[in-house]
Amino acid sequence: MKFASEFRDRELIANIAANIEKVLGREWTLMEFCGTHTVSIFRHGLKSMLPEKLKLVSGPGCPVCVSSKRDIDRTVCLGDYPKGIVATYGDMMKVPGSTMNLAEKKARGADIRVVYSSYDAVDLAEKNPDRKVFFMGVGFETTAPASAAAVLKARELDLKNFHILSLHKITPPVIAALLEGGTEVDGFICPGHVCAIIGSGPLEPVAEVWKKPCVVGGFEPGDVMQAILMLVEQLEEGRSEVELEYFRGVSREGNTNALAMMDRVFTTADTEWRGIGTVPGSGLVLRDEFARFDASALIECDIETTPDPPGCRCGDVLRGRMTPLECPLFRKACRPESPVGPCMVSSEGSCSTYYLYAGDDNG
Amino acid sequence: MCLAIPALIVEKEGNKVRADVGGVVRDISLELIDRPAEIGDYVLLHAGFAIHKLEKEDAEETLKLMRDVLG
Amino acid sequence: MDEVIRLAHGSGGEASRKLVGELVETYLKNDIIDCLDDSAVLRISEGRLAFTTDSYVVDPIFFPGGDIGSLAVHGTVNDLAMAGAKPLAITLGLILEEGLPVADLETIMGSVSRAAAEAGVMVVGGDTKVVERGSADGIFINTSGIGMIPAGVELSSANARPGDKVILSGTVGDHGVAVISRREGLSFKTDIKSDSAPLNALVEAMLGASKAIHAMRDPTRGGLATSLNEIAARSGVGLLIDEAAIPVKPEVEHACEMLGFDPLYVANEGKLVAFVPREDTERVLAAMRSNPRGRDAAVIGEALQESPGQVILATAVGGRRILSPLSGELLPRIC
Repeated sequence: MKFASEFRDRELIANIAANIEKVLGREWTLMEFCGTHTVSIFRHGLKSMLPEKLKLVSGPGCPVCVSSKRDIDRTVCLGDYPKGIVATYGDMMKVPGSTMNLAEKKARGADIRVVYSSYDAVDLAEKNPDRKVFFMGVGFETTAPASAAAVLKARELDLKNFHILSLHKITPPVIAALLEGGTEVDGFICPGHVCAIIGSGPLEPVAEVWKKPCVVGGFEPGDVMQAILMLVEQLEEGRSEVELEYFRGVSREGNTNALAMMDRVFTTADTEWRGIGTVPGSGLVLRDEFARFDASALIECDIETTPDPPGCRCGDVLRGRMTPLECPLFRKACRPESPVGPCMVSSEGSCSTYYLYAGDDNG
Repeated sequence: MCLAIPALIVEKEGNKVRADVGGVVRDISLELIDRPAEIGDYVLLHAGFAIHKLEKEDAEETLKLMRDVLG
Repeated sequence: MDEVIRLAHGSGGEASRKLVGELVETYLKNDIIDCLDDSAVLRISEGRLAFTTDSYVVDPIFFPGGDIGSLAVHGTVNDLAMAGAKPLAITLGLILEEGLPVADLETIMGSVSRAAAEAGVMVVGGDTKVVERGSADGIFINTSGIGMIPAGVELSSANARPGDKVILSGTVGDHGVAVISRREGLSFKTDIKSDSAPLNALVEAMLGASKAIHAMRDPTRGGLATSLNEIAARSGVGLLIDEAAIPVKPEVEHACEMLGFDPLYVANEGKLVAFVPREDTERVLAAMRSNPRGRDAAVIGEALQESPGQVILATAVGGRRILSPLSGELLPRIC
């Protein structure tokens, strides 16, 4: 058992597609909350295997996409810190700020480095005691524990030169905001790895109060198809529950160890989501005890954030109210090499995946 | 979100753990994992951290459900 | 020789002459370059001359399976080979960063020497400049190359025709992954080596099997997906590609998964994709597989009349999607 290739078997997936066809009665709209699901769907051409009656829209589940422009400006500002090193996951390099992104800042001489793990950033700090390392903590609950571990490690090593700028966000408040704002979506394919950490429990209000079925799906093409099948079954049968397709990775309680570490280091705060606005209690900030590791205290620039370009419809795309194809800027002013809003930035942003994989077709 | 892939633990000595993803070997951390994992176990690897221990039975049961022919 | 490159090495004075003299004597010796004239003079036959230029700025300069020196020779030779030309001569322009260890430069020149010998091409000229510390990543190399195209060979990215079979010479993604595995901050252990290699002998074998091959391209920056798109667009054909037929080493596939890359967009430096008239497919494939650079050659798709300029991928799981060219830069991701 390799836990991977088995779930990409052609016949297996053909079987699930046939099952979906059999069960599907009427039209439904499903949202994959998570950007990695969007990529998986497009990359394997899964939409071409689904009946036309089934509509898939992409939700806000891209932590890079939804970092506010002001936050990007703050990361770019840290590039100016004397003897500073900005350490970041690759995803953040091309996110547009008011004047530039981190890649452009790097081209202008700032020491900005891509790391694979938060521990790599701690390592950088340890090996370069005369420099200040600023780690960009971006991501949802899947990634926040890794940042927490890094802060704890920095404390253990008594590092004076490691700092984190937390742009972390958590999921349940934004799903609530989405539902409260009104949505066309009938059911949710829920993020498998976020739920590996937080468990499926926090999704229960969506099913019980809002009456929208939720299936927590894995990311292999077989997982995604199976999760879609389970959602269609719930919808056709009039049920609204939280089900686990990805039970090999997810439980109801989640990973209590990772959650505890996250909770030790971070507490929640209101935070701005690009394209959506302020979502109460949706951001993670360092607890006072760890204030000395907070990079925000060291940001010295006068940040003047420009308003969003006119015509950018990311907010609507993120809410599933519009497909990228319907946005007036898509493929014109807004392209991967010159992204206007966050949806075009990350390789998993709805608009970026539409651009790369959908070609001229309607997905 | 997010990219996490199955990785096989091949070395474990105190805090030093190495995992193999189809021939690519990397140092990883087990500090975030939900239950103990030993050499020979598969874990879900995300950004250098194991976030979950994978069980063969769960994977096999999932495949069984996927092979089910409806109707 | 001195231990590190200094600005004086590029100024044209004593230090320059000494450095260039020693490098040429040790690594590049041949009748033409030994003249150390301002221009190389070659006698060539009549016919079509292929002429290419390239610059190499790879970081890191040493990577598993090669270095910037061998890469520069292979890349130049391959550009000529893709036009069907037999490589004749190349030049080497070096831009050295002040502070570059001379030992590194010697290693690189050794690679150049070996690569040129293997490809059967002469280095007939060059230039050396030195820039201030910080102005280059150790060393940049610019090359140019010439070669003669035999009569009857008409290779062009605009020549692919509906019905052509698309043949890939081997596994994709090796070079890009090998290079990135050495970058700081992303270190992981792997046996993946760059596939950097000269393809002229392979091309000669292929043209020996069929002079009617329509187009060839080596998928470097942007990977296989980008090259396929370029040819589809220039030739005005559609392409239907079978994902399951594309050879990818399991290690490369897994490294790409870990980093969030798609192997179809990762650079290759020792592979080619050819557009072959349907009736010649078997012959060309056999010729490729008998050559060390084409052992894993496979038919990966075909050119169509429909959807000109579009590349359609039949996915390994049974779906279909559009395979777009690379736009922007390939960056590792966690999401």
